[in-house]
Amino acid sequence: MPMRHLMNPLDFTVEELDSLFDLANDIEKYPARYAHACDGKKLATCFYEPSTRTRLSFESAMLSLGGQVLGFSDAGSSSASKGESVSDTIRVISCFADICAMRHPKEGAPMVAADKSSIPVINAGDGGHQHPTQTLTDLLTIRSLKGRLGHFTIGLCGDLKFGRTVHSLINALVRYPEIHFVFISPPELKVPDYITDMLTEKGISYEEVIRLEECMPDLDMLYMTRVQRERFFNEEDYVRLKDFYILNKAKMALAKDDMLVLHPLPRVNEISVEVDDDPRAVYFKQVQYGVYVRMALILTLLEITV
Amino acid sequence: MLNVGKIEEGFVLDHIEAGKSLSIYHHLQLDKLDCMVAIIKNARSEKMGKKDILKVECDINTLDLDVLAFIDHNITINVIKDGELVDKKELTLPKEIKNIIKCKNPRCITSIEQELPHIFVLTDEENEIYRCKYCEEKYNGHF
Repeated sequence: MPMRHLMNPLDFTVEELDSLFDLANDIEKYPARYAHACDGKKLATCFYEPSTRTRLSFESAMLSLGGQVLGFSDAGSSSASKGESVSDTIRVISCFADICAMRHPKEGAPMVAADKSSIPVINAGDGGHQHPTQTLTDLLTIRSLKGRLGHFTIGLCGDLKFGRTVHSLINALVRYPEIHFVFISPPELKVPDYITDMLTEKGISYEEVIRLEECMPDLDMLYMTRVQRERFFNEEDYVRLKDFYILNKAKMALAKDDMLVLHPLPRVNEISVEVDDDPRAVYFKQVQYGVYVRMALILTLLEITV
Repeated sequence: MLNVGKIEEGFVLDHIEAGKSLSIYHHLQLDKLDCMVAIIKNARSEKMGKKDILKVECDINTLDLDVLAFIDHNITINVIKDGELVDKKELTLPKEIKNIIKCKNPRCITSIEQELPHIFVLTDEENEIYRCKYCEEKYNGHF
């Protein structure tokens, strides 16, 4: 089988994702079995822009498998600052490591690396384009805590216009049966037409609402996102909208007992701290699932079986 | 009436939209071939009013005509051998085009990576949509 990379969450079929998630759940259950699975292997984390959490998650995953990590955490400390191309950098990194996780501000950069690489490359985020391991994390969290992917109503709340994470999750979820989407956002930040067109074309049901309270009782899951300051042309719009969709105890009281709240983090103030102790708030568990899914991914791409 | 002689072996590209022949000349890299090329601009056409025609005398295996479909799939390609019309080629949209158009997304890696080819992939044949291989930005311009 040819060497595989991960550029896009849709690179893996639904069946392949099932195997990946089964492996991640096995790692969760029996971590000791996997503690030396990557002995002698090295992960290079090539981060051309800072992303502490994603980088640490990858590093934690490799260390938990017994492997080692090396890399850089911003372009300034890499040879990119001297003008080296991504193609050249990955050829060099291929001599140093067995697998590479790359984050780059330019869209498609990890694909350029994958084309020239002799080791598997994982896209750890390329600008506003893709962030596949976040999507895999979201899917694993839902599957593990809900017991299924499909047959549920999911609300997506916040910045649905620019939110890469949300678009990517929708694209991944449409491959599963009987999902109803509820898009909760101010009109200025509503989900792009190409997504609603795609849902209509596939015959998938969705609704768009303005107020979070309106749909809370119907949701099996709520995916919250941050409203980012840099998405706005002026400060006034940002200030007006940022507090629009804050999840608090009062809104949680309207929700089902087994509804789950997810968030890709970092949170600013869209989820009130008072919600953190609610058992339905699973965004910190989600971070842990991010490590498990990255462990499973590293093993899968390195073709290591335990 | 301007007369341009027959060719022995090569192609006659007919029904080119008036004014596009020179850009096709460049994209087929005819400037790099040591062969006879006639560029006829603004020829009278019953169907089109005005049209351009390119006559290229060369071995019929030397030209990659895939790109023509991307530029304009109404172009007629007549294949000439021994002075006779031997074939008319149908144009189909190429699955991938390389260095014909440039990705205009300033956030795309093609904007900074040295000598990286600009590759567009046909993602929707019915609607003739091409997307950048790297950033998936849709090509919106007209050729």
